[in-house]
Amino acid sequence: MFVILALVGALSNPYLVSLMTIVLLFTFLGQSWNLMLGIGGQLSIGHALFVGLGAYSVGVLDVKFGISPWIGLLLGMFVAGSVGAVLAWLSFRFEVRGIYFALLTIAAAEFARIMFSGWEFVGAMQGLFFPAPTNAMDMAMLRGDARFYYFVALALAALGIAGTELISRSYLGYVWRAMRDDEQAARALGVRTFRHKILVIAISAAAAAVGGGVLALVQGSIFPDSIMGMGLSVDVLVGPVVGGLGTTFGPLVGSLTVIPLNHAMSALGDSLRIPGLNNIAYGVVLILVVWFLPDGIWPAIVRLCKAIQVPWRVWLPQPRKAEE
Amino acid sequence: MTSLLEVRNLSRSFGGLVAVNNVSFALGAGQITALIGPNGAGKTTCFNLVAGAMRPTSGQVFFEARRIENTPPEAVCRMGIARTFQIVRPMRDMSVLENAMVGAFSWTSSVGEARSKAYESLESVGLAGKANASTDQLTLSDRKMLETAKALSTRPKLLLLDEVMAGLRPTEAASVVRVLRRLAETGLTILLVEHVMRIVMEVASRVVVLHHGAKIAEGSPAEVVADPKVLESYLGTGFHA
Ligand SMILES: Nc1ncnc2c1ncn2[C@@H]1O[C@H](COP(=O)(O)OP(=O)(O)O)[C@@H](O)[C@H]1O
Ligand SMILES: [Mg+2]
Repeated sequence: MFVILALVGALSNPYLVSLMTIVLLFTFLGQSWNLMLGIGGQLSIGHALFVGLGAYSVGVLDVKFGISPWIGLLLGMFVAGSVGAVLAWLSFRFEVRGIYFALLTIAAAEFARIMFSGWEFVGAMQGLFFPAPTNAMDMAMLRGDARFYYFVALALAALGIAGTELISRSYLGYVWRAMRDDEQAARALGVRTFRHKILVIAISAAAAAVGGGVLALVQGSIFPDSIMGMGLSVDVLVGPVVGGLGTTFGPLVGSLTVIPLNHAMSALGDSLRIPGLNNIAYGVVLILVVWFLPDGIWPAIVRLCKAIQVPWRVWLPQPRKAEE
Repeated sequence: MTSLLEVRNLSRSFGGLVAVNNVSFALGAGQITALIGPNGAGKTTCFNLVAGAMRPTSGQVFFEARRIENTPPEAVCRMGIARTFQIVRPMRDMSVLENAMVGAFSWTSSVGEARSKAYESLESVGLAGKANASTDQLTLSDRKMLETAKALSTRPKLLLLDEVMAGLRPTEAASVVRVLRRLAETGLTILLVEHVMRIVMEVASRVVVLHHGAKIAEGSPAEVVADPKVLESYLGTGFHA
């Protein structure tokens, strides 16, 4: 259903194609963040760290050495996964958890941003630029036109949704949700929460790095302030929060709502000469959703379909979150 | 009688308060033992010490002759000790069956295997009919039985039950008693915490009585009820045997 919708979008004008590419990429990034908090119960507000590591892995290999972004994506997964695991290990080893762990993720992201800003080899503040886009599609170097990246982003979003469902239904999904709801109770049932927390964070970080690598290719450049900044960390989490925390389709629905709105408001703000209108709109939507649909848009859609007995409701996967 | 669990000179204090004071007892395999005492006697703390949720200030815990008092709770569970919590803790967005599945992942990573074990656990506590219900549709009695089923899914050798009958109506308590008897018949060893003495008399073959953290009596139910120290401790706090 979503795939068809998205395909239709792809055949329309270039503006819509590039907007939808960003929507799908943030769906994937949101999915990675959602896995960590919505299922694993670990809050990150510094996901830009992992996104940035993925972007730089792809960027440095491609721009500096001409090595395929495919290798860059693998390297990014490895680097970000390891950094995530080490961060988690250190944190939980010293009993830093919950909101304190979240603060640590911001600190780590800011530290990395400052480090990359001063690192000449990776372009420092001047950033890294990929070779100019061509119209010839090149799978090996992941280069092509806007429509090509649209399909890459679409594949990634689909992969993210399928992966989340798969993990959710495997034993990891059960064990992680138990750990998220009550760590002490989960441990009493034999769940080795220490290693599972590290695992969920490493997987989330590795996925975020893939999203970051592709985001960098799509944008054609990497700047430390935007790819590793606080703003990006927030952009990553807004989708799943608005769409529905811990639900498989939440990040997609949330990104579909928030990003086009943000762009529209930004354009409106420009024409009305009200800078920052998009940020205000962002805030208003967040407040409205938190106020009226505290568990997000997706669970509300599912409830609505159930209430009006839409015959195809059987197609809709149930949200994982309780309706309370 | 071989002892599955042995607690030796166990103590735990919180600041100046000695919650468990030099307590020793042993559990015979396949028996139901009750740990009783008025509220605040230190029963839950004792459970936490055995289950690895807290470390003792001093003393040892032996399970199958291995020392476990400094073992973390997940490892204690994997050795074969499962516990329930006095305050029931169902996982909110999981069905009754899914709740009961989690424990099985301590010995299998197969979802199918976990599901069939969970059914078996629910069946043995009489909850199989509500497998697909959500946990907030359950009565208190059912929730307590769900806690027991969750623990059973870990395939324990020793089951620690913290006040599973507290707050239940007499008919509900009677059905819990039947469940516990049946579990014991399968060879499971049970340590049961209750503060109401009457219920334990029916199921336990041995009773350990705590008061102000110390063990004041131990023996068969009949011996314990006849013990003046026990009566005094209960009368002193307004509870009647
Ligand atoms: N985590 C804790 N911190 C401080 N005091 C505690 C803690 N747990 C229990 N206590 C105290 O230890 C004593 C024994 O409590 P508990 O073991 O819960 O008793 P029981 O289960 O027999 O009712 C009580 O006085 C209680 O207030
Ligand atoms: Mg208690």
